[in-house]
Amino acid sequence: MSTIPEQLRYAVSHEWIKVEGDTGTVGISDHAQQELSDVVYVDLPKVGAKFAAGSVIAVVESVKAASDIYSPVSGEVIATNADLVKKPELVNSDPYGAAWLFKIKLSAPAEVNALKDAAAYKAQIGE
Amino acid sequence: MSTTNPAELKKTALFEAHQKLGARMVDFGGWQMPVQYTSITDEHKAVREAAGVFDISHMGEFFVRDQTGLDVLNGLLTNDVAKLAMGQGQYTLMLNEQGGVIDDLIVYRTAPEEYFLVVNAAKIDEDRAWIEERLKSFAEAGVFFADRSFFYSALALQGPKALEIARAYLGAGWPEPKRNEITSYSWNCQPILAARTGYTGEDGIELFIPNEVAENFFLGLLDAGKPFGLKPCGLGARDTLRLEACLPLNGNDLSPERTPLEAGLGFFVSLDKAADFPGKDVLVKQKANGVAEKLIAFRLTDKGPPPRPHYAVFQGETKVGEVTSGAPSPTLGYGIGLAYVQSSAAAVGTPLELEVRGARVPVEVIKKPFYKRAV
Repeated sequence: MSTIPEQLRYAVSHEWIKVEGDTGTVGISDHAQQELSDVVYVDLPKVGAKFAAGSVIAVVESVKAASDIYSPVSGEVIATNADLVKKPELVNSDPYGAAWLFKIKLSAPAEVNALKDAAAYKAQIGE
Repeated sequence: MSTTNPAELKKTALFEAHQKLGARMVDFGGWQMPVQYTSITDEHKAVREAAGVFDISHMGEFFVRDQTGLDVLNGLLTNDVAKLAMGQGQYTLMLNEQGGVIDDLIVYRTAPEEYFLVVNAAKIDEDRAWIEERLKSFAEAGVFFADRSFFYSALALQGPKALEIARAYLGAGWPEPKRNEITSYSWNCQPILAARTGYTGEDGIELFIPNEVAENFFLGLLDAGKPFGLKPCGLGARDTLRLEACLPLNGNDLSPERTPLEAGLGFFVSLDKAADFPGKDVLVKQKANGVAEKLIAFRLTDKGPPPRPHYAVFQGETKVGEVTSGAPSPTLGYGIGLAYVQSSAAAVGTPLELEVRGARVPVEVIKKPFYKRAV
């Protein structure tokens, strides 16, 4: 079983997003970090880079493999979490808090409506 | 991620035990195998510091009886079976006519005229067909071959505490094999084989057990090993452990396009034995002329992304090779890997670069292995 906070939205590919105004904060779900386990490296996007929803925006590497992270929304990266460069293991220990990956300025805020709520994501992962 | 339907995958006799232990199962060579129980890093450390036990039941077990007195296996395998005393084993390779690797395996002499071969899971059918084809002309001369992979489960008990655990579990009557040796023993009226071999860089034994008692044996071993710190370990840790020890993985570091000389396994190729084995002529030429590419070990020199198979290796602007295995080393704390590179770029100390997602990551060629246990 994993934690699935009610106030977040989720992508099918296991990213979460917290939307405040026109800014979204993005990370990966507790379920995703459990599946990856032993995160050892995080490749983050450059601030100022623009991404379309569903495109590869970051990479999280565990001992076993490198996993692509997809942007749940379209927009411009406005901040990345520098703590993860030194402490990638935060992705395992605090996936919804200290291990946020990046903040993105939404160019199409309506896209958020297409993402799953906590109940739908819970159903997707079979919990 | 594999797309194979799990229902089509083979299960070992320990499948239910793995599920009860909370293992995450993956498709490996057509088998549902545990990749990890808790975490790869924890399991890796258990093997380096205490002991771990791996289900290796997917591997193949072949028996060969050779009454010809001609050492017919010397015409099939690269190493020299004539060197094997009773109970001894040796690492050896099976090659195609071009000298490329079909499989790497261990062959033990279990009786004066009998051999026991342990082969890779994904290669069982190919190996069997290849061996049977080459041995059939000797059938009337007294050569018998049997694939008993379906009969045996197997466990690898590895780590500095492995032998203590085996002694505690198997009891005073167990004939303890010396390094690279194999012994047989009766456990609950069932014949088991124990070899002092492994794939982790640690001391340990590999146990071959009839399927019908495998689960009891495995669970009993876990109980007996608990006071010593024994943990069940999955294929994830098996891969990082073998990589630190620079033990090649067939399919990654070995392939039909690469010879054992390119892979740095010349020690296990006997070119001076009388018998001709497939690929021998190619290897003789390669030894005389030198190899164009070599399997090297490298490490990241700075913090950076872990190396992964298929990353390109550069020397300046020239692509000089490709990574075949790579991982963050749990023991060393930095990224390590194996790569085939042009021989001119293979000297220890050579600075090279990996291309990772469009960026360059500095690495250095280092002496094999990355990890060697204190003896």
